[in-house]
Amino acid sequence: MSSTLFISCDATALALGAERVVRAIGAEAARTGSDVRIVRNGSRGMFWLEPLVEVVTPAGRIGYGPVEPRDVPGLFAAGFLNGGAHALRLGLVEEIPYFKNQERLTFARVGRTDPLSLLDYRANDGLRGLTRALEMAPEDIVKIVTDSGLRGRGGAAFPAGIKWKTALGAASNQKYIVCNADEGDSGTFSDRMVMEGDPFVLIEGMIIAGLAVGATQGYIYLRCEYPHAHRALQTALAAAYANNILGLDVLGSGKRFDLEVRLGAGAYICGEETSLLDSLEGKRGQVRAKPPLPAISGLFGQPTIINNVITLASVPIILERGAEYYRDFGMGRSRGTLPLQLAGNVKHGGLIEKAFGLTLRELLYDYGGGSASGRPIRAVQVGGPLGAYLPESQFDTPIDYEAFAAIKGMLGHGGIVAFDDTVDMAQQARFAMEFCAIESCGKCTPCRIGSTRGVEVIDRIIADHSRAMNEALLRDLCDTMVNGSLCALGGLTPYPVLSALEHFSEDFAKEPALPLSAVGGG
Amino acid sequence: MPKAAEKIPLKVLAPRGPALPPEQAKAVQAALDANRGLAGSLLPIMHAVQDSLGYIPEAAVPVIAQDLNISRADVHGMLTFYHYFRRHPGGRHIVYVCRSEACQARGARALEEDAKKILGVDFHETTADGMFTLEPVYCLGNCASGPSVMIDKDLHGRVDAERFQALLVETLESPP
Repeated sequence: MSSTLFISCDATALALGAERVVRAIGAEAARTGSDVRIVRNGSRGMFWLEPLVEVVTPAGRIGYGPVEPRDVPGLFAAGFLNGGAHALRLGLVEEIPYFKNQERLTFARVGRTDPLSLLDYRANDGLRGLTRALEMAPEDIVKIVTDSGLRGRGGAAFPAGIKWKTALGAASNQKYIVCNADEGDSGTFSDRMVMEGDPFVLIEGMIIAGLAVGATQGYIYLRCEYPHAHRALQTALAAAYANNILGLDVLGSGKRFDLEVRLGAGAYICGEETSLLDSLEGKRGQVRAKPPLPAISGLFGQPTIINNVITLASVPIILERGAEYYRDFGMGRSRGTLPLQLAGNVKHGGLIEKAFGLTLRELLYDYGGGSASGRPIRAVQVGGPLGAYLPESQFDTPIDYEAFAAIKGMLGHGGIVAFDDTVDMAQQARFAMEFCAIESCGKCTPCRIGSTRGVEVIDRIIADHSRAMNEALLRDLCDTMVNGSLCALGGLTPYPVLSALEHFSEDFAKEPALPLSAVGGG
Repeated sequence: MPKAAEKIPLKVLAPRGPALPPEQAKAVQAALDANRGLAGSLLPIMHAVQDSLGYIPEAAVPVIAQDLNISRADVHGMLTFYHYFRRHPGGRHIVYVCRSEACQARGARALEEDAKKILGVDFHETTADGMFTLEPVYCLGNCASGPSVMIDKDLHGRVDAERFQALLVETLESPP
C-alpha cells in the first residue's frame, strides 16, 4: 500500500536539512521496497521540529521531527509509515498545543496542502473569496474589507479599506495593485511562509483587490534574498495563467487581471511604499514626499494600491466568510488575527497566527518556551530593526497596535526577536544607527547624516568620552531624526536607540573595553 | 505608463569609453531583448545582466542607457544604489552572512568575525583563489533558526564556525 508523507519545502526547513531527509527517505524506501509518495508542503511554522516528516494515517497526520538523515533507517524499522512508535514521534501534528491553540485564518492552508497544487487549493476553500467577489460591485468589495477592520500588516497598520476606497474613487484608465513583498525586517518571515506555503492565496487576494478598485495589472515586488519564494511564485503564476485565474478572462468572468513578480536588489528602504514604487519604475529606491498618496498617484503616476503580502493574503478569507467573521477576532481597534513571528533566542521559534490580544509574555514563554540558550530573556525587539527594545517589565503588553504605541513601541509586521542576558544593549543601539546609515536612501539629511553621527556619538558614550554630554547630544539627534525625517527609516531608528538607553542604561555606563582613540573620538 | 519610444533620442548618449567584449555584449543585448517593452524594465534588465555575467560591467552602462533612452547617470545611479548589484566580478560563490538582530541574538556577531577569519577576507572581498566572495546581508527570513548563511541560493540555518567551514568544503566539492 502506498504511504503519503509531507516534508516541507519552506526555506527554513530546507536550511535545516529537509532536502537531505527527502533523499534519505527515498533511498530507504527503495531499499525496503516501500511505496512512498512525498508531498512538499509549506511549513507548519514549528521550526524547532524541522525537518518535520508527517505521515498520513487513518487517524490523521502523525509527525516525526526533527528528523536527520541518519534517523531514517530507524524510522522505517519502527514502522513510521504506519505511525509506529519512535523517539521522534510527535503524535498528531494538529494536536501539538503550539499549533492547536492558534487561530489560523490567513495561514489556514499553510503546512496542510501542496502549495503548488491548484487542485489542493480548490479542495481547501481556495478561490471561494474570488468567486464571491466576481459577483459583487466594486463598492461592496471595498465595504467588506473596510468592515472587517483589516489594517495594513506591513507595519504601518493603516486601514486597508480606506486605502482601497481612495483608489476606487480615483479616476484613471490604468490602476495598479502592488504587493509589498520586500520583507526586510529582521525577525519576520510570515510573508515568505505564505509565498512559499500558499502562493495562490496571495494571487487570489491581489485579483480581488484589482476587482475592488478597477485595476488590471498587479506586481509583486519581492526581495531578492528570497529565492525559494521567487520560485514558488513563478510556478504558481504560471499555473494561475494556465487555468484562467489570471489573464484576460478571470474564472470565465470576462474580467482581466495580469500579475508579474519583480525582484528587488537588496535595499531595505524599498520596503517603504514610495521607494518601492520608484524601484518598480526602474529607478533608485528613493522615498517620495507624500502627498500625493499612492492610492491617488502611485506607480507610473497612476492610482495604486500598495499592500503587504499578509494584508492581501487575508482578503480571500474575508470575502469568503464575511466581514463579521474576521472582525470578531481581536481587540480594540486591532481586528482579526496577526501572524506573529517568534525569532532570535527562543527555544520554540516559529509562526503563531493568533487574534490580537495575547501578551508578549504568553508568546515568549507559553509558546516560545523561554530562551534557546536557557538563560533569562533580557530584551525583546518587536517590529523589526526600527522597533523598540522592551525590558521584562513590559512583557505583559498585549499584542495590539495601540497598546504598543502607548509604550513607544510598535507591532510593525509582527516580528518578535528575543535576546538573552548576554546581549550588550549599547551595541544594539549602535547597530540600529549603523543599519540606518547603510540602508538610508539618502534623500533626507536627518536620516542620511544623522545615522552616521549617531554611530559616532554612541561610540563616544561607550568609550566613556564626556558621557553625559554625548548622551544629551544623542537625545537631541534622535529628536531631529524623529521629527525631521521623510519616512519611517530615519523617523523610527531612534526608537530602538532611545529604548535601549531608557531601559538598559547600565550597558551604556560600563568600563570601556577600547580606548577612545580606537573609536576615533575626540 | 511612460512610452520610451515617443522620446526624442539624445545623441549625447552614444556609448563612450571601452567597448564590451563580444561575449558580454551578447549577454547585455540578450538582457535588453528579454525585457523589451516591459514597464520599468531597468531593474529586471540589471538582474538579467548580473545573472549571466556575475556582475554588471561599467561598459554595459552606456549600452543599457542608450537602449532605454535614459541617461548614463540614471543607470549608474541604479547600479550604485542597490547593495545586490556588483560592479566588479565576484568569486565563483557568493557567501552571504546575515548581520541582522535575530541572527545576532543567536551569535551572528561572532560568526561574522569567524567567517572573515576563515576566508581571510573582509566583507565585499574575494578570496585569493577566487572561490568565495563574502557579503553581509540584512535578513534572509530564517530568523527562528539563526545564525543564517546563504551560499549562492542555498540557505543554511544554525551556522557556527565549524558548520561554516563544513559548508565551504561542501560547496567546493559540489558539482558546478
